[in-house]
Amino acid sequence: MPKHILTRMGDGERVSMPADEVKEELLLGTRDAAQNGEIPQLTPDDLEQLFEILAEPGRVVSVPPGDEVVVTDDGCAKLFCSGPADGGAGLPISRQTSILAYERGFAADTVSIGHEDYSFKPVKPIIDYEAQTYHATALATTVPFFYGAQPNLGLYYRPDGPHPNPADLLPLGKIEEAQAAQEEAAEHAKEDMVYVGQRLAEIGCEGLNFDTAGSAGDADLYAALMAIAELKEKAPLMAVELGMSNEFVFGMHGEICYEGKRLAGMYPHDQAQISADAGADIFGPAINVNTSRSIAWNLARAVTFVKHTVAVSKIPVHPNVGMGVCGVPMCVESPIDCVTRASKALVMIGKADGL
Amino acid sequence: MPIAHIMAAGMGGIRTTGDLVAWMQMTRRMKLADAKQYVADKLGIGLIDLTDEDVMYALRGDLGIGVVTGDAGRASGITAKFKVAELLGIEINSVNYFKSLL
Repeated sequence: MPKHILTRMGDGERVSMPADEVKEELLLGTRDAAQNGEIPQLTPDDLEQLFEILAEPGRVVSVPPGDEVVVTDDGCAKLFCSGPADGGAGLPISRQTSILAYERGFAADTVSIGHEDYSFKPVKPIIDYEAQTYHATALATTVPFFYGAQPNLGLYYRPDGPHPNPADLLPLGKIEEAQAAQEEAAEHAKEDMVYVGQRLAEIGCEGLNFDTAGSAGDADLYAALMAIAELKEKAPLMAVELGMSNEFVFGMHGEICYEGKRLAGMYPHDQAQISADAGADIFGPAINVNTSRSIAWNLARAVTFVKHTVAVSKIPVHPNVGMGVCGVPMCVESPIDCVTRASKALVMIGKADGL
Repeated sequence: MPIAHIMAAGMGGIRTTGDLVAWMQMTRRMKLADAKQYVADKLGIGLIDLTDEDVMYALRGDLGIGVVTGDAGRASGITAKFKVAELLGIEINSVNYFKSLL
Protein backbone atom coordinates (compact mmCIF):
# COMPACT_ATOMS: atom_id res chain seq x y z
CA MET A 1 0.00 0.00 0.00
CA PRO A 2 1.45 3.41 -0.93
CA LYS A 3 2.00 5.79 1.98
CA HIS A 4 0.55 8.73 0.09
CA ILE A 5 -2.16 8.89 -2.55
CA LEU A 6 -2.12 11.55 -5.24
CA THR A 7 -5.72 12.67 -5.41
CA ARG A 8 -7.78 15.86 -5.51
CA MET A 9 -10.22 18.03 -3.65
CA GLY A 10 -13.78 18.55 -4.84
CA ASP A 11 -12.74 21.73 -6.65
CA GLY A 12 -10.10 19.85 -8.63
CA GLU A 13 -7.03 20.96 -6.66
CA ARG A 14 -4.41 18.21 -6.63
CA VAL A 15 -3.41 17.00 -3.17
CA SER A 16 -1.22 14.24 -1.78
CA MET A 17 -2.99 12.57 1.11
CA PRO A 18 -1.69 9.93 3.53
CA ALA A 19 -3.29 6.57 2.74
CA ASP A 20 -4.84 6.35 6.19
CA GLU A 21 -6.42 9.75 5.70
CA VAL A 22 -7.91 8.64 2.38
CA LYS A 23 -9.43 5.63 4.09
CA GLU A 24 -10.84 7.84 6.83
CA GLU A 25 -12.35 10.16 4.21
CA LEU A 26 -13.99 7.20 2.48
CA LEU A 27 -15.55 6.10 5.75
CA LEU A 28 -16.78 9.59 6.57
CA GLY A 29 -18.19 9.99 3.06
CA THR A 30 -20.23 6.81 3.12
CA ARG A 31 -21.44 7.58 6.64
CA ASP A 32 -22.61 11.02 5.52
CA ALA A 33 -24.57 9.59 2.58
CA ALA A 34 -26.07 6.84 4.72
CA GLN A 35 -27.13 9.30 7.39
CA ASN A 36 -28.63 11.84 4.98
CA GLY A 37 -30.34 9.31 2.73
CA GLU A 38 -31.22 6.84 5.47
CA ILE A 39 -29.65 4.10 3.39
CA PRO A 40 -26.98 1.43 4.01
CA GLN A 41 -23.31 2.40 4.21
CA LEU A 42 -20.81 0.81 1.88
CA THR A 43 -19.46 -2.48 3.19
CA PRO A 44 -15.84 -2.85 4.37
CA ASP A 45 -15.12 -4.74 1.12
CA ASP A 46 -16.66 -1.89 -0.90
CA LEU A 47 -14.51 0.65 0.92
CA GLU A 48 -11.38 -1.42 0.36
CA GLN A 49 -12.19 -1.71 -3.33
CA LEU A 50 -12.84 2.03 -3.53
CA PHE A 51 -9.52 2.72 -1.85
CA GLU A 52 -7.76 0.48 -4.35
CA ILE A 53 -9.36 2.39 -7.24
CA LEU A 54 -8.19 5.69 -5.79
CA ALA A 55 -4.73 4.26 -5.09
CA GLU A 56 -4.16 2.83 -8.57
CA PRO A 57 -0.91 4.34 -9.82
CA GLY A 58 -2.09 4.96 -13.37
CA ARG A 59 -3.39 8.39 -14.32
CA VAL A 60 -6.30 6.73 -16.18
CA VAL A 61 -8.15 3.71 -14.78
CA SER A 62 -10.86 1.54 -16.31
CA VAL A 63 -13.26 -1.32 -15.69
CA PRO A 64 -12.16 -4.87 -16.56
CA PRO A 65 -13.35 -6.45 -19.85
CA GLY A 66 -16.93 -7.65 -19.44
CA ASP A 67 -17.90 -4.97 -16.92
CA GLU A 68 -18.52 -2.16 -19.40
CA VAL A 69 -21.76 -0.16 -19.25
CA VAL A 70 -23.92 1.91 -21.59
CA VAL A 71 -23.00 5.59 -21.69
CA THR A 72 -25.77 8.11 -22.39
CA ASP A 73 -25.17 11.85 -22.46
CA ASP A 74 -26.82 15.22 -21.93
CA GLY A 75 -25.68 17.19 -24.93
CA CYS A 76 -22.09 15.98 -24.84
CA ALA A 77 -22.31 14.72 -28.42
CA LYS A 78 -22.20 18.30 -29.60
CA LEU A 79 -19.18 19.11 -27.46
CA PHE A 80 -16.98 19.67 -30.48
CA CYS A 81 -19.01 22.71 -31.57
CA SER A 82 -20.53 23.95 -28.31
CA GLY A 83 -19.09 26.78 -26.26
CA PRO A 84 -16.95 26.92 -23.12
CA ALA A 85 -19.95 27.02 -20.78
CA ASP A 86 -20.55 23.39 -21.71
CA GLY A 87 -16.87 22.50 -21.81
CA GLY A 88 -17.23 22.51 -25.59
CA ALA A 89 -14.33 22.83 -28.01
CA GLY A 90 -16.00 25.57 -30.05
CA LEU A 91 -14.99 24.18 -33.45
CA PRO A 92 -16.65 25.82 -36.45
CA ILE A 93 -18.67 22.74 -37.33
CA SER A 94 -22.37 21.89 -37.17
CA ARG A 95 -24.17 19.99 -34.43
CA GLN A 96 -24.73 17.14 -36.88
CA THR A 97 -21.03 16.83 -37.67
CA SER A 98 -20.17 16.91 -33.98
CA ILE A 99 -22.70 14.19 -33.22
CA LEU A 100 -21.46 11.90 -35.97
CA ALA A 101 -17.84 12.45 -34.91
CA TYR A 102 -18.85 11.54 -31.36
CA GLU A 103 -20.52 8.36 -32.62
CA ARG A 104 -17.87 7.21 -35.06
CA GLY A 105 -14.68 8.63 -33.59
CA PHE A 106 -15.27 8.22 -29.89
CA ALA A 107 -17.24 4.99 -29.62
CA ALA A 108 -20.33 6.53 -28.05
CA ASP A 109 -23.09 4.08 -27.14
CA THR A 110 -25.73 6.78 -27.66
CA VAL A 111 -25.69 10.36 -28.92
CA SER A 112 -27.85 13.40 -28.35
CA ILE A 113 -28.77 16.81 -29.64
CA GLY A 114 -30.31 19.84 -28.01
CA HIS A 115 -30.80 23.58 -28.27
CA GLU A 116 -27.79 25.61 -27.11
CA ASP A 117 -29.85 26.95 -24.16
CA TYR A 118 -30.78 23.34 -23.38
CA SER A 119 -34.20 24.17 -21.91
CA PHE A 120 -37.61 23.16 -23.22
CA LYS A 121 -39.08 26.67 -23.10
CA PRO A 122 -36.82 28.25 -25.76
CA VAL A 123 -37.18 25.15 -27.96
CA LYS A 124 -40.95 25.61 -28.31
CA PRO A 125 -40.85 28.59 -30.73
CA ILE A 126 -38.19 26.91 -32.88
CA ILE A 127 -39.53 23.37 -32.68
CA ASP A 128 -39.85 23.06 -36.45
CA TYR A 129 -36.15 23.86 -36.85
CA GLU A 130 -35.21 21.39 -34.12
CA ALA A 131 -37.49 18.72 -35.61
CA GLN A 132 -35.92 19.26 -39.02
CA THR A 133 -32.42 18.97 -37.58
CA TYR A 134 -33.35 15.84 -35.65
CA HIS A 135 -34.99 14.30 -38.72
CA ALA A 136 -31.94 14.89 -40.92
CA THR A 137 -29.46 13.69 -38.30
CA ALA A 138 -31.44 10.57 -37.39
CA LEU A 139 -31.00 9.39 -40.97
CA ALA A 140 -27.23 9.27 -40.43
CA THR A 141 -26.86 8.09 -36.83
CA THR A 142 -26.68 4.38 -36.07
CA VAL A 143 -26.60 4.47 -32.26
CA PRO A 144 -29.68 5.59 -30.28
CA PHE A 145 -30.22 9.32 -30.70
CA PHE A 146 -31.71 11.42 -27.87
CA TYR A 147 -33.08 14.95 -27.85
CA GLY A 148 -32.25 16.61 -24.56
CA ALA A 149 -33.52 19.64 -22.68
CA GLN A 150 -34.12 20.83 -19.13
CA PRO A 151 -37.52 21.51 -17.55
CA ASN A 152 -35.90 24.68 -16.09
CA LEU A 153 -38.94 26.04 -14.28
CA GLY A 154 -36.99 29.16 -13.40
CA LEU A 155 -37.59 30.46 -16.92
CA TYR A 156 -41.33 30.61 -16.22
CA TYR A 157 -41.00 33.14 -13.38
CA ARG A 158 -40.70 36.92 -13.69
CA PRO A 159 -38.75 38.59 -15.18
CA ASP A 160 -38.09 35.71 -17.62
CA GLY A 161 -41.63 34.35 -17.64
CA PRO A 162 -45.25 35.25 -16.88
CA HIS A 163 -45.62 33.81 -13.38
CA PRO A 164 -44.87 35.51 -10.04
CA ASN A 165 -41.41 34.61 -8.78
CA PRO A 166 -41.42 32.45 -5.62
CA ALA A 167 -37.99 33.83 -4.77
CA ASP A 168 -39.65 37.24 -4.43
CA LEU A 169 -42.73 35.98 -2.61
CA LEU A 170 -41.12 33.65 -0.06
CA PRO A 171 -39.01 36.32 1.70
CA LEU A 172 -42.22 38.32 2.13
CA GLY A 173 -43.86 35.39 3.89
CA LYS A 174 -46.33 34.89 1.03
CA ILE A 175 -46.14 31.11 1.21
CA GLU A 176 -49.49 30.29 -0.37
CA GLU A 177 -48.93 32.77 -3.19
CA ALA A 178 -45.49 31.26 -3.85
CA GLN A 179 -46.95 27.77 -3.93
CA ALA A 180 -49.72 28.84 -6.30
CA ALA A 181 -47.19 30.49 -8.60
CA GLN A 182 -45.14 27.29 -8.75
CA GLU A 183 -48.19 25.16 -9.46
CA GLU A 184 -49.23 27.46 -12.32
CA ALA A 185 -45.71 27.57 -13.70
CA ALA A 186 -45.41 23.77 -13.49
CA GLU A 187 -48.58 23.35 -15.52
CA HIS A 188 -47.26 25.82 -18.09
CA ALA A 189 -43.89 24.03 -18.28
CA LYS A 190 -45.58 20.66 -18.56
CA GLU A 191 -47.60 21.85 -21.53
CA ASP A 192 -44.44 23.13 -23.24
CA MET A 193 -42.54 19.87 -22.61
CA VAL A 194 -45.42 17.79 -23.96
CA TYR A 195 -45.69 20.06 -27.01
CA VAL A 196 -41.97 19.74 -27.78
CA GLY A 197 -41.84 16.03 -27.00
CA GLN A 198 -44.91 15.21 -29.05
CA ARG A 199 -43.61 17.11 -32.08
CA LEU A 200 -40.28 15.30 -31.85
CA ALA A 201 -42.00 11.94 -31.42
CA GLU A 202 -43.97 12.59 -34.59
CA ILE A 203 -40.77 12.75 -36.62
CA GLY A 204 -39.38 9.58 -35.08
CA CYS A 205 -37.48 10.80 -32.01
CA GLU A 206 -35.84 7.75 -30.45
CA GLY A 207 -35.36 9.14 -26.97
CA LEU A 208 -36.11 12.28 -24.98
CA ASN A 209 -33.82 13.27 -22.13
CA PHE A 210 -35.33 15.38 -19.34
CA ASP A 211 -32.04 16.71 -18.03
CA THR A 212 -31.25 18.48 -14.74
CA ALA A 213 -34.78 17.92 -13.45
CA GLY A 214 -35.65 19.56 -10.15
CA SER A 215 -33.21 22.44 -10.60
CA ALA A 216 -35.88 24.93 -9.53
CA GLY A 217 -37.21 22.66 -6.81
CA ASP A 218 -39.99 20.17 -6.31
CA ALA A 219 -42.41 21.88 -8.72
CA ASP A 220 -39.75 21.60 -11.45
CA LEU A 221 -39.53 17.85 -10.96
CA TYR A 222 -43.32 17.63 -10.72
CA ALA A 223 -43.67 19.31 -14.13
CA ALA A 224 -41.20 16.84 -15.64
CA LEU A 225 -42.98 13.82 -14.17
CA MET A 226 -46.35 15.06 -15.42
CA ALA A 227 -44.93 15.64 -18.89
CA ILE A 228 -43.32 12.19 -18.98
CA ALA A 229 -46.58 10.50 -17.98
CA GLU A 230 -48.52 12.34 -20.68
CA LEU A 231 -45.89 11.73 -23.36
CA LYS A 232 -45.71 8.04 -22.56
CA GLU A 233 -49.42 7.83 -23.33
CA LYS A 234 -49.16 9.84 -26.53
CA ALA A 235 -45.79 8.53 -27.77
CA PRO A 236 -45.00 5.23 -26.05
CA LEU A 237 -42.20 4.31 -28.46
CA MET A 238 -40.10 7.34 -27.60
CA ALA A 239 -37.78 6.35 -24.75
CA VAL A 240 -37.45 8.74 -21.84
CA GLU A 241 -34.42 9.37 -19.67
CA LEU A 242 -34.79 11.55 -16.60
CA GLY A 243 -31.62 13.02 -15.11
CA MET A 244 -31.64 14.91 -11.84
CA SER A 245 -30.05 18.22 -10.91
CA ASN A 246 -29.01 17.33 -7.37
CA GLU A 247 -29.12 14.59 -4.78
CA PHE A 248 -32.27 15.62 -2.95
CA VAL A 249 -35.29 17.51 -4.20
CA PHE A 250 -35.42 21.10 -2.99
CA GLY A 251 -38.69 21.97 -1.31
CA MET A 252 -39.29 25.34 -2.94
CA HIS A 253 -42.99 24.46 -2.82
CA GLY A 254 -42.71 21.99 0.00
CA GLU A 255 -46.00 20.18 -0.32
CA ILE A 256 -46.34 19.26 -3.98
CA CYS A 257 -46.97 15.54 -4.50
CA TYR A 258 -46.83 13.17 -7.43
CA GLU A 259 -49.17 10.18 -7.11
CA GLY A 260 -49.53 10.88 -3.41
CA LYS A 261 -45.81 11.06 -2.70
CA ARG A 262 -44.30 14.34 -1.56
CA LEU A 263 -41.38 15.27 -3.79
CA ALA A 264 -39.58 17.68 -1.48
CA GLY A 265 -36.66 16.01 0.26
CA MET A 266 -36.64 12.89 -1.90
CA TYR A 267 -33.27 11.19 -2.26
CA PRO A 268 -32.15 9.24 -5.36
CA HIS A 269 -33.62 5.85 -4.42
CA ASP A 270 -37.08 7.42 -4.11
CA GLN A 271 -36.53 9.64 -7.14
CA ALA A 272 -35.83 6.53 -9.23
CA GLN A 273 -39.07 4.92 -8.11
CA ILE A 274 -41.21 7.95 -8.85
CA SER A 275 -39.48 8.40 -12.23
CA ALA A 276 -40.26 4.81 -13.17
CA ASP A 277 -43.85 5.25 -12.03
CA ALA A 278 -44.20 8.29 -14.29
CA GLY A 279 -42.91 6.28 -17.26
CA ALA A 280 -39.20 7.07 -17.48
CA ASP A 281 -37.10 4.28 -18.96
CA ILE A 282 -33.73 5.37 -17.57
CA PHE A 283 -33.02 7.35 -14.38
CA GLY A 284 -29.96 9.49 -13.73
CA PRO A 285 -29.17 10.42 -10.13
CA ALA A 286 -26.95 13.42 -9.47
CA ILE A 287 -24.94 13.37 -6.24
CA ASN A 288 -23.53 16.78 -5.43
CA VAL A 289 -19.82 17.38 -4.95
CA ASN A 290 -18.65 19.35 -1.92
CA THR A 291 -15.76 21.39 -3.29
CA SER A 292 -14.06 21.77 0.09
CA ARG A 293 -13.97 18.03 0.78
CA SER A 294 -11.69 15.43 -0.80
CA ILE A 295 -12.59 13.37 -3.83
CA ALA A 296 -12.34 10.31 -1.59
CA TRP A 297 -15.13 11.69 0.61
CA ASN A 298 -17.20 12.82 -2.37
CA LEU A 299 -16.82 9.60 -4.33
CA ALA A 300 -17.68 7.45 -1.32
CA ARG A 301 -20.89 9.47 -0.89
CA ALA A 302 -21.78 9.15 -4.56
CA VAL A 303 -21.16 5.42 -4.67
CA THR A 304 -23.20 4.90 -1.51
CA PHE A 305 -26.22 6.68 -2.98
CA VAL A 306 -25.85 5.03 -6.38
CA LYS A 307 -25.40 1.52 -5.03
CA HIS A 308 -28.65 1.71 -3.07
CA THR A 309 -30.51 3.40 -5.93
CA VAL A 310 -29.46 0.70 -8.39
CA ALA A 311 -30.45 -2.00 -5.91
CA VAL A 312 -34.03 -0.73 -5.54
CA SER A 313 -34.67 0.76 -8.99
CA LYS A 314 -37.00 -0.99 -11.44
CA ILE A 315 -35.37 0.82 -14.38
CA PRO A 316 -31.75 1.19 -15.50
CA VAL A 317 -29.75 3.75 -13.51
CA HIS A 318 -27.21 5.98 -15.28
CA PRO A 319 -25.57 8.26 -12.69
CA ASN A 320 -24.79 11.77 -13.90
CA VAL A 321 -21.04 12.10 -14.08
CA GLY A 322 -20.57 15.61 -15.36
CA MET A 323 -18.79 18.49 -13.69
CA GLY A 324 -19.53 18.72 -9.98
CA VAL A 325 -21.58 15.55 -9.52
CA CYS A 326 -20.96 11.91 -8.57
CA GLY A 327 -17.30 12.33 -7.69
CA VAL A 328 -16.26 14.46 -10.67
CA PRO A 329 -14.60 17.68 -9.45
CA MET A 330 -16.28 21.06 -9.83
CA CYS A 331 -13.95 22.62 -12.37
CA VAL A 332 -14.25 23.40 -16.09
CA GLU A 333 -11.57 20.98 -17.25
CA SER A 334 -12.33 17.87 -15.26
CA PRO A 335 -9.09 16.01 -14.44
CA ILE A 336 -9.04 12.67 -16.21
CA ASP A 337 -7.70 10.84 -13.13
CA CYS A 338 -10.85 11.75 -11.18
CA VAL A 339 -13.23 11.27 -14.11
CA THR A 340 -12.09 7.72 -14.80
CA ARG A 341 -11.99 6.82 -11.11
CA ALA A 342 -15.58 8.01 -10.80
CA SER A 343 -16.52 5.85 -13.82
CA LYS A 344 -14.85 2.77 -12.42
CA ALA A 345 -16.12 3.17 -8.86
CA LEU A 346 -19.73 3.81 -9.87
CA VAL A 347 -19.73 0.79 -12.15
CA MET A 348 -17.71 -1.70 -10.11
CA ILE A 349 -19.06 -0.84 -6.63
CA GLY A 350 -22.21 1.14 -7.35
CA LYS A 351 -23.26 -1.47 -9.97
CA ALA A 352 -24.57 1.28 -12.24
CA ASP A 353 -26.42 0.17 -15.38
CA GLY A 354 -24.79 2.96 -17.30
CA LEU A 355 -23.31 6.42 -16.95
CA MET B 1 -14.92 14.38 -20.02
CA PRO B 2 -17.60 12.22 -21.69
CA ILE B 3 -14.91 10.65 -23.83
CA ALA B 4 -12.93 9.76 -20.69
CA HIS B 5 -16.03 8.02 -19.30
CA ILE B 6 -16.52 6.17 -22.59
CA MET B 7 -12.92 4.96 -22.62
CA ALA B 8 -12.96 3.97 -18.93
CA ALA B 9 -16.29 2.20 -18.79
CA GLY B 10 -18.30 2.48 -22.01
CA MET B 11 -19.33 -0.48 -24.12
CA GLY B 12 -17.83 0.88 -27.31
CA GLY B 13 -20.82 2.01 -29.34
CA ILE B 14 -20.85 0.61 -32.87
CA ARG B 15 -17.30 -0.63 -32.44
CA THR B 16 -18.98 -3.39 -30.45
CA THR B 17 -22.54 -3.67 -29.07
CA GLY B 18 -23.03 -0.48 -27.06
CA ASP B 19 -25.91 0.68 -29.23
CA LEU B 20 -27.65 -2.70 -29.07
CA VAL B 21 -27.51 -2.92 -25.27
CA ALA B 22 -28.65 0.70 -25.05
CA TRP B 23 -31.69 -0.08 -27.24
CA MET B 24 -32.76 -2.78 -24.79
CA GLN B 25 -32.50 -0.41 -21.85
CA MET B 26 -34.48 2.22 -23.75
CA THR B 27 -37.21 0.04 -25.25
CA ARG B 28 -37.65 -2.66 -22.59
CA ARG B 29 -36.29 -0.89 -19.49
CA MET B 30 -33.85 -3.76 -19.04
CA LYS B 31 -31.23 -3.51 -16.35
CA LEU B 32 -27.67 -3.92 -17.59
CA ALA B 33 -27.19 -7.63 -16.98
CA ASP B 34 -30.50 -8.54 -18.62
CA ALA B 35 -29.86 -6.25 -21.58
CA LYS B 36 -26.41 -7.73 -22.16
CA GLN B 37 -27.71 -11.28 -21.95
CA TYR B 38 -30.56 -10.51 -24.35
CA VAL B 39 -28.20 -9.04 -26.94
CA ALA B 40 -25.66 -11.84 -26.53
CA ASP B 41 -28.42 -14.41 -27.07
CA LYS B 42 -29.69 -12.64 -30.17
CA LEU B 43 -26.18 -12.48 -31.59
CA GLY B 44 -25.28 -16.00 -30.52
CA ILE B 45 -22.11 -14.92 -28.76
CA GLY B 46 -20.77 -14.97 -25.22
CA LEU B 47 -21.12 -12.05 -22.82
CA ILE B 48 -17.40 -11.34 -22.96
CA ASP B 49 -17.63 -10.98 -26.75
CA LEU B 50 -20.09 -8.10 -26.50
CA THR B 51 -17.24 -5.65 -26.09
CA ASP B 52 -14.66 -7.44 -28.21
CA GLU B 53 -13.94 -5.33 -31.29
CA ASP B 54 -12.29 -8.27 -33.02
CA VAL B 55 -15.48 -10.32 -32.77
CA MET B 56 -17.97 -7.56 -33.33
CA TYR B 57 -16.47 -5.78 -36.32
CA ALA B 58 -16.92 -8.83 -38.52
CA LEU B 59 -20.25 -9.78 -36.99
CA ARG B 60 -21.73 -6.30 -37.37
CA GLY B 61 -20.59 -6.27 -40.97
CA ASP B 62 -22.17 -9.66 -41.66
CA LEU B 63 -25.44 -8.61 -40.02
CA GLY B 64 -25.57 -5.24 -41.74
CA ILE B 65 -26.10 -3.31 -38.53
CA GLY B 66 -23.41 -0.70 -39.09
CA VAL B 67 -19.69 -0.64 -38.45
CA VAL B 68 -17.47 2.10 -37.13
CA THR B 69 -15.28 2.40 -40.20
CA GLY B 70 -16.19 3.99 -43.54
CA ASP B 71 -19.35 2.38 -44.75
CA ALA B 72 -19.70 2.78 -48.51
CA GLY B 73 -21.65 -0.21 -49.71
CA ARG B 74 -22.77 -1.19 -46.19
CA ALA B 75 -25.85 -0.41 -44.17
CA SER B 76 -25.40 2.56 -41.86
CA GLY B 77 -27.54 5.15 -40.17
CA ILE B 78 -31.25 4.53 -40.60
CA THR B 79 -30.70 1.50 -42.86
CA ALA B 80 -28.65 -0.13 -40.11
CA LYS B 81 -31.35 0.76 -37.55
CA PHE B 82 -33.94 -0.99 -39.74
CA LYS B 83 -31.89 -4.16 -39.31
CA VAL B 84 -31.20 -3.57 -35.62
CA ALA B 85 -34.95 -3.42 -34.92
CA GLU B 86 -35.43 -6.74 -36.74
CA LEU B 87 -32.45 -8.38 -35.07
CA LEU B 88 -33.47 -7.41 -31.56
CA GLY B 89 -37.21 -7.81 -32.11
CA ILE B 90 -37.99 -4.30 -30.93
CA GLU B 91 -39.85 -1.28 -32.23
CA ILE B 92 -37.71 1.81 -32.76
CA ASN B 93 -39.60 5.06 -33.21
CA SER B 94 -37.39 6.40 -36.00
CA VAL B 95 -37.53 3.09 -37.86
CA ASN B 96 -41.33 3.09 -37.80
CA TYR B 97 -41.41 6.74 -38.83
CA PHE B 98 -39.01 6.47 -41.77
CA LYS B 99 -40.59 3.23 -42.95
CA SER B 100 -43.94 5.01 -42.98
CA LEU B 101 -42.49 7.43 -45.51
CA LEU B 102 -41.48 4.68 -47.94
